[in-house]
Amino acid sequence: MKKLESSFKNMAIVLTLISVMAGGVLAWVNQVTEGPIAQIKEENLAKAIKAVLRADEVKVSQVETLDEGSIAYVTDKGMAIQTASTGFGGELQVLVGFDEQGCIKGYSVLEHAETPGLGAKAGTWFQEGSKGNIIGRNPGDAPLTVSKDGGDVDAITASTITSRAFLKAVNQAYELYKKNVEQK
Amino acid sequence: MNNLKVILNGIVKENPTFVLLLGMCPTLGTTSSAINGMSMGLATMAVLIFSNLLISLIKNLVPDMVRIPCYIVVIASLVTILQMCMQAFVPDLYATLGLFIPLIVVNCIILGRAEAFAAKNGPIASMCDGIGIGIGFTLALTLLGSVRELLGTGKIFNLALVPEDYGMLVFVLAPGAFIALGYLIAIVNRIKKA
Repeated sequence: MKKLESSFKNMAIVLTLISVMAGGVLAWVNQVTEGPIAQIKEENLAKAIKAVLRADEVKVSQVETLDEGSIAYVTDKGMAIQTASTGFGGELQVLVGFDEQGCIKGYSVLEHAETPGLGAKAGTWFQEGSKGNIIGRNPGDAPLTVSKDGGDVDAITASTITSRAFLKAVNQAYELYKKNVEQK
Repeated sequence: MNNLKVILNGIVKENPTFVLLLGMCPTLGTTSSAINGMSMGLATMAVLIFSNLLISLIKNLVPDMVRIPCYIVVIASLVTILQMCMQAFVPDLYATLGLFIPLIVVNCIILGRAEAFAAKNGPIASMCDGIGIGIGFTLALTLLGSVRELLGTGKIFNLALVPEDYGMLVFVLAPGAFIALGYLIAIVNRIKKA
């Protein structure tokens, strides 16, 4: 087949057709994948809640939306707070589980856009047994800060901004937790 | 042209990273470890094969003067479809690769191969070119990632070879990427000349 001539009519028709077709295909794929994606997100959240509260079975009795998009999950094993702060590459969403005393039971990074190999390590860096361990700490005694800012939490190597953002989110989660408990 | 030759051409003679010097942004940005480099390479290869195929199929329908916008629409749609499908059907893979997928749209290797190869050749040869360039890109990124990971943290594919304290952090950061890439290109050129 010969190549279509670059006349104004041809160009307009072809570009429009291709865009419309691309739009149609994308809409269809979106429809097909929307369900499974939402389901996976839900499953991941359920898994994360179990992980941060260190329990195999967690019954969520209450889901409360707090200000600025933070969410509190009240369960029979303690409370988990989902909150966000701005990291190095974008929003950093964390879920933090607290026990009755307000000590951190566990945490999980739900969504992030940090640099792979550097800030992306936040998911493991602050866990128990790692360098920046924050498990068991109570942000109520003193807000958690990295050692560079006078605190005692080891920041991720070469990712101070991510570490600061992460700790800010954790402290924020604690504030929300405290407010939520006091209300009851 | 012989299809096998087309594939080999992409891996050695026209290696996108070491010879064509295309796609430097994802190359330098994502190779902080071997596994990251390999993931980026494989994701790019998947898009490259399909984009080459599609573009070689529609090449005669697209008037020359609007070919770039048309190709970009096709490539961007492909990447979005890939991202949504991965998110829905292989969430574990998406968790590791997800961050790199949107980067593929702005990877000039894809558009470069569409222009330089797919727009002039048949669908089968174009797919072979996608495979070849994809393998070449994956190998180069894995190699660069391995070198940086080894020098930076003393590991390759998370396998500790040297204690981490001996790692030179600069190689995990951006400047190390430039240094490592420069030396690798020099070595590859030396080997090719010999």
